[in-house]
Amino acid sequence: MKKLALGAAALALAATSAAAEVKVGMITTLSGGGAGLGIDVRDGFVLALEQAGRDDIELVIEDDQRKPDIAVQLADKMIQSERVDVMTGIIWSNLAMAVIPSAVNQGVFYLSPNAGPSQLAGQGCHENYFNVAWQNDNLHEAAGAWANQTGYENSFILAPNYPAGQDALTGYKRFYEGELAGELYTQLGQTDYAAEIAQIRASGADSVFFFLPGGMGISFLKQYADSGVETPVIGPAFSFDQGILGAVGDAALGIVNTSQWSKDLDNPTNSAFVESFQEKYDRLPSLYASQGFDTANLLISAIDAADVSDKEAFREALRAADFDSTRGDFEFGPNHHPIQDIYAREVVMEGDVLTNRIIGTALEDRADAYADACNM
Amino acid sequence: MSLILIAEQVLNGLQFGVMLFLMAAGLTLIFGVMGLINLAHGSLYMVGAFAAAAVAGATGSFLLALAAALAAAALAGVLIEILVIRRLYRAAHLDQVLATFALILIFSEGTRWVFGSFPLFLDVPDALSGPITLPGGIQYPVYRLTLIGIGLAVALGLWWLTARTRIGIQIRAGENDREMIAALGVDISRLYTIVFALGAALAGLAGALVGAIQSVQVGMGEPVLILAFVVIVIGGIGSIKGAFIGALLVGLTDTLGGIFLPELFKLFMPADAASQTGSALASMAIYILMSLVLIWRPSGLFGARA
Repeated sequence: MKKLALGAAALALAATSAAAEVKVGMITTLSGGGAGLGIDVRDGFVLALEQAGRDDIELVIEDDQRKPDIAVQLADKMIQSERVDVMTGIIWSNLAMAVIPSAVNQGVFYLSPNAGPSQLAGQGCHENYFNVAWQNDNLHEAAGAWANQTGYENSFILAPNYPAGQDALTGYKRFYEGELAGELYTQLGQTDYAAEIAQIRASGADSVFFFLPGGMGISFLKQYADSGVETPVIGPAFSFDQGILGAVGDAALGIVNTSQWSKDLDNPTNSAFVESFQEKYDRLPSLYASQGFDTANLLISAIDAADVSDKEAFREALRAADFDSTRGDFEFGPNHHPIQDIYAREVVMEGDVLTNRIIGTALEDRADAYADACNM
Repeated sequence: MSLILIAEQVLNGLQFGVMLFLMAAGLTLIFGVMGLINLAHGSLYMVGAFAAAAVAGATGSFLLALAAALAAAALAGVLIEILVIRRLYRAAHLDQVLATFALILIFSEGTRWVFGSFPLFLDVPDALSGPITLPGGIQYPVYRLTLIGIGLAVALGLWWLTARTRIGIQIRAGENDREMIAALGVDISRLYTIVFALGAALAGLAGALVGAIQSVQVGMGEPVLILAFVVIVIGGIGSIKGAFIGALLVGLTDTLGGIFLPELFKLFMPADAASQTGSALASMAIYILMSLVLIWRPSGLFGARA
């Protein structure tokens, strides 16, 4: 098993580093399929720590291989033998559900840089759990809202048949007001979408909404472009992030997707982030990288305001979210999930690189559908 | 549900089936001739796809990319046959499974080291992109039709190779009685290497052909490997003809099941529940098919050995 112990500040101040005061455990996906997401979160997080030049934060990074059992083992080790104060890093909702409830109940703070399962936003919310990315439904809701704004009235919607896929279609339908030309659940991990595309062609839909994360989305988009079906497509940013666009190629051009972040968001923090990320890692940042970066900056702001051993004060400091986010405005709702704008982006070619450009705001100051069920 | 839609889905099922056949043919040959369970067959599929993506990215030529995929997968096959597999012919199946599973991990992480964690880009060649209108008004992608053609041509070529050539006779003899053909003076270890390289090259070809319409990424081979095992179990282990029929059956069942089962449930359920239940059942359809075939013929459709 890979073990990367990175005293991030030690990189900058190797000789004079003082004893670390806050220990942060990051469990994320660094190998196998889907490793690109974890690597982006890690790189964004490490970049923020380096820029702050802190020698009082010790970061321990472990690879969960996208397996819930391994994530649970690593979390136990971090909490019980390494005695971390704060945990972060998990990408996938099923791993989050396996790790987070028990971690926060043992008094550890958890800052989620990606996964936002509905259970943890509603009844299962916890005072020590903060989500810095989004509630899982958010980007799908924004897609539904954008479909209304565009004037789509007959959508064909599809997603894989697993909890996040069902949430995606529910999220889209929560805001979308038109008719449904068809509703399909595909197999998780499916790579061939010829059958689904034939049904889309036959359905007479005026728009297609899809949630197919990772390789599934790449396959779908390439096959869709090759099929000659011209119905416009809309989806969440997960199939259009910077790591995936290169593999989709021109098939993605012009497609509208929804995201809480984009490289061209106009605020000083974001411009500086995009530039420094590119300089350090020689690639464009993705939304996952921005989430890792924001998570680290939230953590730093809380450490500056309160001592981590004073749980009450530290929790208040996190709740205040007093940091400069790459998203501009950022605040937490009562269930510790973000209240933020969600944008519609369009895939464009810049030079010879595919990337996204904001074309409008799909939802303003969106919280989530589960906050009411949370009693903290 | 129109006739055009059904015809299109049958074509989709055929296309899926012939690509599965390319995977399953190598797997069944290797098992039939050498008695070896090769879990790393999916890794050879991935090697083919990555080699094709790398060469297509560097040269822009799809034909060169296909040649590179065949060469890279065959070479990888020869290497692992000589370095690892050769020591396992006499070992128990459990040892073979363990060793070839280790190969999967080595290939996956090795590929990630060389190519990084992000999926690679491989597109269909310009000449074959876009749809064509078939008789009856069916719009169908040219590339998928080409895949069906290539798959059928390979099936024909394999039949010719096993039925009409000297090496084919040796392969068939090797399946029946290893000791005897060794005693007759056939260089059995060379034969094994050739069969392994042939199987690997077919997997690499499938990886490159399918990679152009799917995602070229680490771990892409394992889902296909599982289906390929289902195919050879249905077709009968060791039989190329069985692999061909099995692959078409699996391809058609999977594709048509995915369409018709949700439609069937819609007759007596609300639409979104029908879609969920139907697609859940559709993902089981090929395994149900496999159980039925095994109940009817325990050694598979064309299996020689029980």
